[in-house]
Amino acid sequence: MITAKDIRRILLVSGWFMILTLPILGMRVDPLSDNILWRLKNVMWVGLGTVVLQSLPHLWHLYLYLQAGMIRLWHHLMGTPPHKIVEKTAHRDSLINRVITNPRQRAILCAVVLTLTIIYPQVVNEYQINIMIMAFLYIMLGLGLNIVVGMAGLLDLGFVAFYAVGAYTYALLNLHYGINFWMALPLGGIFAGIFGLLLGFPILRLRGDYLAIVTLGFGEIIRVILENWIELTHGVAGIVNIPGPTFFGLGLTPSQKILYLYYLMVLFVVITIFVVNRLQDSRLGRAWLALREDEIACQAMGIDKRRTKLAAFSLGAFWAGIAGVVFAAQNRSVYPVSFSFLESAMILSIVVLGGMGSIVGVILGALILILLPEYLRELSQYRMLFFGAILVLMMIFRPQGLISVVRRKYDIDSIKAEEKEGGA
Amino acid sequence: MSEPILQVQNLTMDFGGIRALNKLDITVHSGEIAALIGPNGAGKTTFFNCVTGIYKPTAGDVFLTPGKGEKPVSIKGLKPNIVTGKGLSRTFQNIRLFPKMTVLENVMIGRHCRTKTFILGAIFRPPRARREEREILLHSYRLLEKVGLAAFANDFAENLSYGAQRRLEIARALATEPHLLLLDEPAAGMNPQETEDLNALIREIAAEGLAVLLIEHDMKLVMSLSQRIFVVDYGSKIAEGTPKEIRSNPAVIKAYLGE
Repeated sequence: MITAKDIRRILLVSGWFMILTLPILGMRVDPLSDNILWRLKNVMWVGLGTVVLQSLPHLWHLYLYLQAGMIRLWHHLMGTPPHKIVEKTAHRDSLINRVITNPRQRAILCAVVLTLTIIYPQVVNEYQINIMIMAFLYIMLGLGLNIVVGMAGLLDLGFVAFYAVGAYTYALLNLHYGINFWMALPLGGIFAGIFGLLLGFPILRLRGDYLAIVTLGFGEIIRVILENWIELTHGVAGIVNIPGPTFFGLGLTPSQKILYLYYLMVLFVVITIFVVNRLQDSRLGRAWLALREDEIACQAMGIDKRRTKLAAFSLGAFWAGIAGVVFAAQNRSVYPVSFSFLESAMILSIVVLGGMGSIVGVILGALILILLPEYLRELSQYRMLFFGAILVLMMIFRPQGLISVVRRKYDIDSIKAEEKEGGA
Repeated sequence: MSEPILQVQNLTMDFGGIRALNKLDITVHSGEIAALIGPNGAGKTTFFNCVTGIYKPTAGDVFLTPGKGEKPVSIKGLKPNIVTGKGLSRTFQNIRLFPKMTVLENVMIGRHCRTKTFILGAIFRPPRARREEREILLHSYRLLEKVGLAAFANDFAENLSYGAQRRLEIARALATEPHLLLLDEPAAGMNPQETEDLNALIREIAAEGLAVLLIEHDMKLVMSLSQRIFVVDYGSKIAEGTPKEIRSNPAVIKAYLGE
């Protein structure tokens, strides 16, 4: 609830903001007459804006309070005992988590989603298909980074470097040796994986903020090399005329090519989900989680920190490399500018917004963050503002991400049955 | 007397100008329950950290017998995970579980050093990896039953009560199949009933042939459990003997009560 103290604080903060922004927003020197123009209206808007923004959390609490009151009133009128709803709200595993932990419902969900993705390109135009391909690409990148950040807890701000390595591997191998898409696909992944190992070695001892800064630097180094090593990479001019994926040597029309790429991406995403899902509940996946939770306890329990971290880094990088090859094939050209820090930040946002460590979360995160700005194009200059606001609000109201992680629940009864079998 | 399982010779640890451990000699024999006691700040946990490889000792040597009838090997300066692999496991004074993992998964982590599946095995799950995974699961679940936490197998470790978390740490340590178990204040924060259960659990573990070395402040527990007690103060060993001898040792009384 809002109290007098809160109101005082809100007013104080607004006043302070108005004073702070006065020189920037409230005053303007007219260069012709050398006069100061006062634009106090602007400052008034700033004050009003800060008051509104600050009251939002209070309004939210008020809403929750009223909601609880309404529910109580409803039960009072209907004569049902109110403790039932308490029980219901206390046990609140989100709907999607309940679905994916139930094998049958999960199978149905997967089938439905897969069918929809297969039908999708038949009902929309090429522009929409291309956007969707982009979204799939980011799902792959997000799931790759999810291994590093979500599972192993290593904050990597230079993930885009591996994406760039994959893209340039294909571009350069194709330019010099005429290697086709299918050959380049594993090579791009492996090269990026090797880069992941190379980066992994020096940073094995680092954690948290320090790790973030080193990886940030690494990402920038790769981009700067791409921009300046002109003999190899053609610098900012980039490499153009990269062929798209081939289909058993058959010639495809441009629209068929897009369709082909779309279905390829669906396949890649399915493979990625399959692999990440298997890793998650494996010995290695558990070791990653343990490493994220407590490094010292992890080592004391016999986990080789070095091996485990390197595995996370190189696997994440491998996936980024594959995504890079696909990116080069889709765009038919690569430029260093495509691999700026903003890309890394975007991929990281996908993972954090979706829910660290959750596969469904990352998929939703990628779809929202890639599709939303595209469909908000009508709002032109406001779209990035809107986009930023969504990120801020998400982190305030749901810091664990859209989908919080569920750990696998083992069926105790079946374990017991097996034990009896083994014991007999 | 049975063969020694842990031989610590002349162990010294300096932090800058501060000598935390001063020429410590401690020998633990296989199958016995020993205790390490001393006032706060005496260097007991530092001793554990040196032995398990979390700190690198300044001087001295540590030998561990990695199995029955085997020759002692030096584990000084080895990485913690290697030391654990050789059959030495520990719990922590300030509980260090993996809070956002389930109780069962916490124990499964302990099986890591006894299993092999890596990237490819995890992705393709050949029969060998499946067998291994089932072994991990069954072994871990049995350990949970042993410490009485089977009912909480699928709960997050952070939701357990304090005493239960301590028992989970013991189960996790046992999952690494140690020959020697180091317990760092296992009874801290437990109520009398929980301490009583812990007492029985440690006896049960020792009865299976494991050597146990514990740091503990609960004197009743120490005196009832241990066959031998080492007393350290200011990083040096000031006494060693049976509970009876320690109780009447003037140096120990002085260290605890002052003059």
